[in-house]
Amino acid sequence: MASIETFDRPVYVYEKPVRLWHWINALAIVVLAVTGYLIAWPPVVTAGEASDHYLMGYVRFVHFSAGYVLAVGLIGRAYWALVGNRYARELFAPRLHDVHWWQALLHEVRWYLFLVEEPGKHAGHNPLAGLAMFLFYVLGSLFMITTGFALYGEGLGAGSWAANAFGWVLPALGGSQQVHSLHHLGMWYLVIFTLIHVYVAVREQHLSRQSVTTTMIDGWRVWKDDRP
Amino acid sequence: MATTARPDTFYDVMRRQGVTRRSFLKFCGLTASALALGPEFIGTIAHAMETKPRTPVLWLHGLECTCCSESFIRSAHPLAKDVVLSMLSLDYDDTLMAAAGFQAEAMLEDTMQKYKGRYILAVEGNPPLNEDGMFCIVGGKPFVERLRYAAKDAAAVIAWGSCASNGCVQAARPNPTQATPIHKVITDKPIIKVPGCPPIAEVMTGVVTYMLAFDKIPELDAQGRPKMFYGQRIHDKCYRRPHFDAGQFVEQWDDEAARKGYCLYKVGCKGPTTYNACSTVRWNNGVSFPIQSGHGCIGCSEENFWDKGSFYDRVTELNTFGVEANADKVGLVAAGAVGAGIAAHAAISIAKKKDHEKETQE
Repeated sequence: MASIETFDRPVYVYEKPVRLWHWINALAIVVLAVTGYLIAWPPVVTAGEASDHYLMGYVRFVHFSAGYVLAVGLIGRAYWALVGNRYARELFAPRLHDVHWWQALLHEVRWYLFLVEEPGKHAGHNPLAGLAMFLFYVLGSLFMITTGFALYGEGLGAGSWAANAFGWVLPALGGSQQVHSLHHLGMWYLVIFTLIHVYVAVREQHLSRQSVTTTMIDGWRVWKDDRP
Repeated sequence: MATTARPDTFYDVMRRQGVTRRSFLKFCGLTASALALGPEFIGTIAHAMETKPRTPVLWLHGLECTCCSESFIRSAHPLAKDVVLSMLSLDYDDTLMAAAGFQAEAMLEDTMQKYKGRYILAVEGNPPLNEDGMFCIVGGKPFVERLRYAAKDAAAVIAWGSCASNGCVQAARPNPTQATPIHKVITDKPIIKVPGCPPIAEVMTGVVTYMLAFDKIPELDAQGRPKMFYGQRIHDKCYRRPHFDAGQFVEQWDDEAARKGYCLYKVGCKGPTTYNACSTVRWNNGVSFPIQSGHGCIGCSEENFWDKGSFYDRVTELNTFGVEANADKVGLVAAGAVGAGIAAHAAISIAKKKDHEKETQE
């Protein structure tokens, strides 16, 4: 796998569908976290008849819609991993069997502990970022999609597609109430991921030897020096 | 009874008790609608009642509080009297039967032999398994032994209430007696779970009537509960649901919203996570149910409801580590710690970079 990577000219890493997915997905997660929090701690309407308002209904509608965007997006992203360039696969398949990959990962850990002067150069994700992306984002969002549609199926009712496909999740995880709590904890898992993700991306853009945040905007990995 | 050439049917017994044909047909119609069956099933029920011998039911009591029995005998429709005395031959129920002692035990044996493989076993409560079952002794023997013995030749087993279905209060942590729901003890018979603490009377009689009339167990969901009564959440059919959708919530027990009868979601109502028929069938002949009386649902028909935090919190406590905290407290602390870590890391990164720049300039 250790193919020769060229570090002297820019590499086109993130293709258009990947960039589009990234930003739509980021928006969906923000919307989901905010509306999800509001579902747990709903704002209160006091005046008038029930028929005059539909606040909770709208909040839930936005949450469910954004949930569909997240789920369909992940399916689309998985498809792109199959047909896109080599970097599109990294998100789903950390190279755990590769010794060089682990060595590079250790180097990145040492870079973050201020033990080495320079990080390595990586056209795609550096191994540490790739692993974090897989553990936090892929597994995290899969968990949220699974539990989310299980809860959504409760509202759609028995026999609905969501109840048929994901209804088994509720008894398996200890019942509806437990799944609500776990889904809520899952939100915090993704919030923490987002905090770290944004910090690291900005930091790498400024301190590493390559572009990071701008790569997710124009797709090109630009190198700051010519050394390997 | 056994001396007649043909065994008694339900219809025979009802007529003998003075029930007119007209009342009998009314009963069949009401039962069909209670079971959410179409009008064409009225004839099916009537025919079954006229031709089938009565099905004997053995009703055992393990670790329980008898609230299921109390609920059952308050069934308004069909009247428990009819079910108990006319429709099903409740041959053994140690709290309801007149007989006691050896006479009662003899009836259990008698029914088990005479109706081998045909009787229904109804179980209220559950067996504690710790110390070889010594925490619950019935008729001189551990209840778990009696349960296994009586289930051996039963056609089907009904698990009455949350005790038999899920374990309920006596199985709450730390469960010192190791109270165990019956499906973990009886594994070779069809088990119909009718959870609730207690289950609704009409749900109980409805389940029994269905089994007697159609000679089969009602359609069950993945967890073994009859779909007709446990297919929806309290929340789905709650009459306060419009207030939920509108965002009109009670926040204090004595606030204006509470007086107006708004949604109890924010004060911990478990309607959205509880599968039962309370909001449609209601209680005490359809008079009311907890939410209608101003208190949230406590989720008594859900598994382990006793161990799932306060009845009055929306976002419930997670007692995973023995520390009381809900998902938001856990999440905020974790996010705060990570945020502080990021800030520190950023500060060091910037300082190091400045140092480096200074060195290169020199």
